[in-house]
Amino acid sequence: MTSLILYLATAILYVFSYSKDRDKTRQAFLKGWKSLTNMMPQFLGIIIVVGVTLALLKPETISSLLGSSSGAFGVVLSAIIGSIVMMPTFVAFSTGSMLLNTGAGLPQVAALISTLTLIGVVTIPMEAKYIGRKATLYRNLVAFFFSILVGFVIEKVVEILW
Amino acid sequence: MVKSLVKKYSFFLIVFFMTAVLTLINKEVGFKSFGIAFSSFKQMVSLVPPIMLLLGLMDVWVPRETMMKYMGAKSGITGIILAILMGTLAAGPMYAAFPFTTVLLRKGVKFSNIIIFMNAWCVTKISTLLFELASLGFEFTFARLLINLPGVIIMGYIVEALMPKSELDSLYANNS
Repeated sequence: MTSLILYLATAILYVFSYSKDRDKTRQAFLKGWKSLTNMMPQFLGIIIVVGVTLALLKPETISSLLGSSSGAFGVVLSAIIGSIVMMPTFVAFSTGSMLLNTGAGLPQVAALISTLTLIGVVTIPMEAKYIGRKATLYRNLVAFFFSILVGFVIEKVVEILW
Repeated sequence: MVKSLVKKYSFFLIVFFMTAVLTLINKEVGFKSFGIAFSSFKQMVSLVPPIMLLLGLMDVWVPRETMMKYMGAKSGITGIILAILMGTLAAGPMYAAFPFTTVLLRKGVKFSNIIIFMNAWCVTKISTLLFELASLGFEFTFARLLINLPGVIIMGYIVEALMPKSELDSLYANNS
């Protein structure tokens, strides 16, 4: 659905743009096409790496490591796991709920979800091509420490709110 | 032609070959790996090509001055809000946000706003909010957003502060 809307909107905007200025539209298309083909080589490699890690890693393995008694160590461990593993955001959420149901603690799951969504060790080389090595490193590192913080404060926030 | 293509795709070819070997050793894990990789590929095809083409349009039509005014060095709170809104309205995995940064850098958007946009893309996407509510519930979702929204802004400023000025200058120069 999202995809259909996105493709339609793009087509409409291109038709509109073409009616205003042919040359600019051709330029825009070439730019878009070039960035698409530029990202392909790394992207195709990355999705296979992601496929293998997800095929090897079972949710039961993770939840046995991240039980609610695992404490601060568990929070740090989930942040590390979440940084290495890459999965679509909506899969991350359902994994999180599955882990909570199989005995993982809230702080650990929060840190896991935060790093799953914010950090991608696998995509670091790709990210570095766009914003440079230094900024990529800083963004991921800062996000890593932030995610650990999220793990430590989420229970407090839930308590205060409800 | 073939040689340069092989070189360009060497990383892909190597992991593909290794996974193929893995499939010979353990059929189940191998097929599962390729299956997951293929579903990521389908997801990419459904979102990334139109995003790239839209970015092309944005690049040729939106003047640099306009972007600088609203998201540049002196844009203040407006720039922050726009960066978060752009990320929130997004759809797609994290790597789909990367190509945006090229255009944002070229248009002179403040670096902290670029990082805010990237992180907002990761954690405050509306498109996945319903999934979160359904699987983790309202309490968790709301608490997480309450922590993440200020977090995203603070992280943007920390990353910008950590970057040496020379590095930032060359990053903007390389993309102009």
